[in-house]
Amino acid sequence: MQDSGILVLFQGTNFLRLWEGLWVSLRIAVISMGLSLVLGILMGMIMTSKNKIVRFLCRVYLEIVRIMPQLVLLFLVYFGAAKHLGINLSGDVAAIIVFTFWGTAEMGDLVRSALISIPTHQYESGYGLGLTKLQVNLYIIIPQTVRRLLPSLINLLTRMIKTTSLVVLIGVIEVVKVGKQIIDASRYTTPGAALWVYGAIFIMYFLICYPFSRISAVLEKKIKD
Amino acid sequence: MKNEKEILKVEHLVKSYDKGDPILKDFSFMMNKGEVVVIVGPSGCGKSTFLRCMNMLEPIDSGKIIFKGRPINREGKNAHEIRQKIGMVFQSYDLFPHKSILGNILLAPLKVQKRDKKEAEQEAEQLLDRVGLLDKKDAYPRQLSGGQKQRVAIVRALIMHPEILLLDEITAALDPEMVREVLQVVLELAKDGMTMLIVTHEMEFARAVADRVLFLDQGEIIEEGHPADFFAKPETERAKQFLNTFHYEAIDAQA
Repeated sequence: MQDSGILVLFQGTNFLRLWEGLWVSLRIAVISMGLSLVLGILMGMIMTSKNKIVRFLCRVYLEIVRIMPQLVLLFLVYFGAAKHLGINLSGDVAAIIVFTFWGTAEMGDLVRSALISIPTHQYESGYGLGLTKLQVNLYIIIPQTVRRLLPSLINLLTRMIKTTSLVVLIGVIEVVKVGKQIIDASRYTTPGAALWVYGAIFIMYFLICYPFSRISAVLEKKIKD
Repeated sequence: MKNEKEILKVEHLVKSYDKGDPILKDFSFMMNKGEVVVIVGPSGCGKSTFLRCMNMLEPIDSGKIIFKGRPINREGKNAHEIRQKIGMVFQSYDLFPHKSILGNILLAPLKVQKRDKKEAEQEAEQLLDRVGLLDKKDAYPRQLSGGQKQRVAIVRALIMHPEILLLDEITAALDPEMVREVLQVVLELAKDGMTMLIVTHEMEFARAVADRVLFLDQGEIIEEGHPADFFAKPETERAKQFLNTFHYEAIDAQA
């Protein structure tokens, strides 16, 4: 009975469906990460502002994101938008909004700390050469910031991929949900399928995330010198 | 323009940090094209601050800085254009770590002056050759010694064809044996007629390179003169005391 569990994975299109489910997760994570990257860089620049009120507001935003579980944010956006604003967001869109909201804050904080770790002399040599503020940022500060950011950025991406498993709760059919469907469908024929299906999902997540964390480790080493 | 030769003039410059006591008190100064002026003085006398004000890196409280007959202003829209004409080299070299040596040198000519890449590269190589670092053009700053980095920093300033070069204690962070290779470059520039305003602690070098020496203490010019006169027989007590600290070292070294 136990050994027939693995066969469930290969019944019909089950295996393909799992990968499709993973693609849904990955798509949400990658789109959110892309948006977070752009918005987070802006956010990080705003966070280094000299204006105290601006800095305070950024702080509040960051704390809210950190304190609130992502699940609560997901419910707030998905159900809240429908109930109070009358906007029916699809699960994917709600998830992307929430993950971007989260990613922007985290990314912003990473960018902020990378920015302040760049010595003022770097700015001054740029200005001294006659570069404008925009050029100094574009050619000197941002390239250096990005280098310092890469490892922690990839770390954030893997966290995001893993956290996408929550979106099942707002009705997005992603990999875990597909897995559950497969298990439910074969509940009577193969009760032992759960272990195999979740095991397969575990390995799939690993296959996606492991390369990223390897890249991060390699980059960290490379950037050190 | 009153005087064709006059390149930089400072009138009643006052500068303080964070509303504290002024670092520079009513500072007035003038220099001509082709002149090499060396500023010496004890630590904290305001010499670096003065240099930083000349390049508009510091806001000033009051007074005027006039470059080629026109007052310059940090907040002015054309500040970055004027800065191209005023080259500056810092104590900590501050090369851009993510760019190769050639990349460091070419950034400003290509992006600011929009020069032709080939032509700028050629000039960069000529200048690097002149300071003996042509073989390092594809290296990265972290692979160079302090003295080599500082020579690259000088080249990076020179390629912009500045009309005046500000050198802010460029050898202070270097090991003694590397000081010479950097100062040699500066001496050659002086020979070629480059206008320079130099802050240094190297008195022998100051004597060799300067057309005029300025002695600063507590934000004021205490003494000003020809280097031969200033170093041989300073007029003021404070300058005497200051120079004596160096003489003591010299006597010690001979013994």
